[in-house]
Amino acid sequence: MSTEALNHGDDNLVIAQRLAEWVSRGPDLETDIALGNIALDHLGVARALLSHASENDGGHEDDLAMLRSEREFTNLLLCEQPNGDFAQTIARQFLFDAYQLGLWDSLSKDTDVTIAGVAAKALLEARYHFRFSSSWVIRLGDGTAVSRRRMEAGLSQVWRFVDELFEQYPDLRPAWDRRVDDVLTEATLIRPTDPFQRRGGRDGFHTEHLGHLLAEMQSTARAHPGVSW
Amino acid sequence: MIAELLDQVMDPEIPVMTIADLGILRGFDVVGSEVTVTITPTYSGCPAMDTIKADIASVLEQHGFTANVRTIYSPPWTTDMITLGGRAKLARVGIAPPGPPREVRCPRCFKGDARTVSEFGSTACKALKACSSCGEPFDFFKELR
Repeated sequence: MSTEALNHGDDNLVIAQRLAEWVSRGPDLETDIALGNIALDHLGVARALLSHASENDGGHEDDLAMLRSEREFTNLLLCEQPNGDFAQTIARQFLFDAYQLGLWDSLSKDTDVTIAGVAAKALLEARYHFRFSSSWVIRLGDGTAVSRRRMEAGLSQVWRFVDELFEQYPDLRPAWDRRVDDVLTEATLIRPTDPFQRRGGRDGFHTEHLGHLLAEMQSTARAHPGVSW
Repeated sequence: MIAELLDQVMDPEIPVMTIADLGILRGFDVVGSEVTVTITPTYSGCPAMDTIKADIASVLEQHGFTANVRTIYSPPWTTDMITLGGRAKLARVGIAPPGPPREVRCPRCFKGDARTVSEFGSTACKALKACSSCGEPFDFFKELR
């Protein structure tokens, strides 16, 4: 099984599920639809990668998504963090979009042609996602006292999951730093620091939040094995 | 023959557009009565893909072919792949087509002065604009390239 396809497939599946939790609860209709649309893009990437990960052993994408336990998921810890308020969701998305911009660009030259194809496509979408999330970081950061406080809180809440993004790809870090710093400067925000960096997602060691997410996501598939919808 | 049959397959979300108009039909191969059709999604998570696959299979099977639909991701779809005919169709049904030209024109009064209401619209491939001139809100087939 392609570990690379599985890892990135899991990242996209888990963050898609998180974003989907916003559907019908967004702060306004446009934002609600935007979060749902972004979720759908991540889900599409997840399906492509998980199908690819399972095709060599004759498995199916649904089995990987719906029948693995928490310890078998290899997503980054950032992706599974709870939505919190809107600013915290934007903070998580912003850091992740900035990461995916570099990641997809680099994977579009991968020797695995399926991964390279999915990455080249996902890169175009990631640019659009980044435009959305960074514009909100700027609006909230350079907004009212309340929006600023919430944006700062959101960023500092998820900042401890940043180092993990670059464990496998240290080369992607400098460009990520520049991308993130440019937006934070425009948002008049100060870059958070957090010396207590958490890692372990790629080895299946997760925060307490993933189990709850999977319980909800997998309940139908587990209660009705083989059901189609 | 096959091309004409495939021309009957519409995008279920914009049912004036054929899959060829949209640029998501990448080609087909015919071996005897077996047809392999290659398509590519507009957006990775486009929920219309399953319906499109089923529609392709159904129209081919009605005409005695066995259909096999393959999805590829490379080269990635961009809005530049929408045909000129496709762009004209979009404009006719009130969806501003993507550039080039870059300017977004209001499908009601044709003025090129629209503001963005939301970068994300009613489907994965559309954004929501409003005409600053006549006030008409309209869908814009968002540019992806």
